[in-house]
Amino acid sequence: MVDAMFMGLAVLTIGSAIAALELRSLVYGSLALMGTLGGIAGFFFLLDSPFVALFQIAVYVGSIAVLILFTVMLVKRELIFKKVEDSRRKFAGIGLMLVFMVAIGAVFLDSGIKSITTDEPPVDFTEIGADFLTYYWPALVLMALILAGSVIGALVLARREDVEDEQRAN
Amino acid sequence: MSNELIDFTLVSIALLGIGIYGLAVKRNFIRMLFAVEIVINAANLNLVAFARFLPHSGGQTLALFSIAIAAAEVAVGLSLIIVAYRMYKNVDVAEFRSMKG
Repeated sequence: MVDAMFMGLAVLTIGSAIAALELRSLVYGSLALMGTLGGIAGFFFLLDSPFVALFQIAVYVGSIAVLILFTVMLVKRELIFKKVEDSRRKFAGIGLMLVFMVAIGAVFLDSGIKSITTDEPPVDFTEIGADFLTYYWPALVLMALILAGSVIGALVLARREDVEDEQRAN
Repeated sequence: MSNELIDFTLVSIALLGIGIYGLAVKRNFIRMLFAVEIVINAANLNLVAFARFLPHSGGQTLALFSIAIAAAEVAVGLSLIIVAYRMYKNVDVAEFRSMKG
């Protein structure tokens, strides 16, 4: 059986995920997405993984959600509130979602996962740090390069050539 | 610990379903990015939950890598949104298909 904390976090996470997709305004939608990401961080705390939870808060709630919020603010005002949707497509999407949830949920409830419990102590997070620097170090270096590459790529993509040419002409 | 693995898995399945619904139905580029974020978070929740119940540190390590890669993906996705918005003055993905130059 789940405890009250889990129940509250589940309601917060799933409710704000639906709100993020369904709220009319994109600004409120991105705030609701922040709620979802924070709820997932709460789940990480419940799972005795404080390191991952704090990483989640720092990276997702702290930077990605704010980045999305700023991008939403760059878009024209009427586009933030415009909602183009085919109602038939929407009902088909809801049907697809329900079929997916029931099918995968039934498979999981039927499998042996249901009986897995543990009394063992949680993994110490110092072990994760040691793993990163010993066994996983090539992956860590590769990840750093990918991050640097993607940031440079994003900057190159978002650059405005026309403005630069005007400035040079002046 | 009163919460069992199956509870976390069911929450993750619900989030994955919502994300798939968002990707299938929404036509707004930014909302589709929201849906992708929700799907990635559902996967991370599963990773950490299994890591706790095995218990093994590998799942948490993989979740950390996944969070970092997702951050890179969002940076590129948002700059794509800005480029597409500059070209088409719209964030509707159906509009992007037409060749307007």
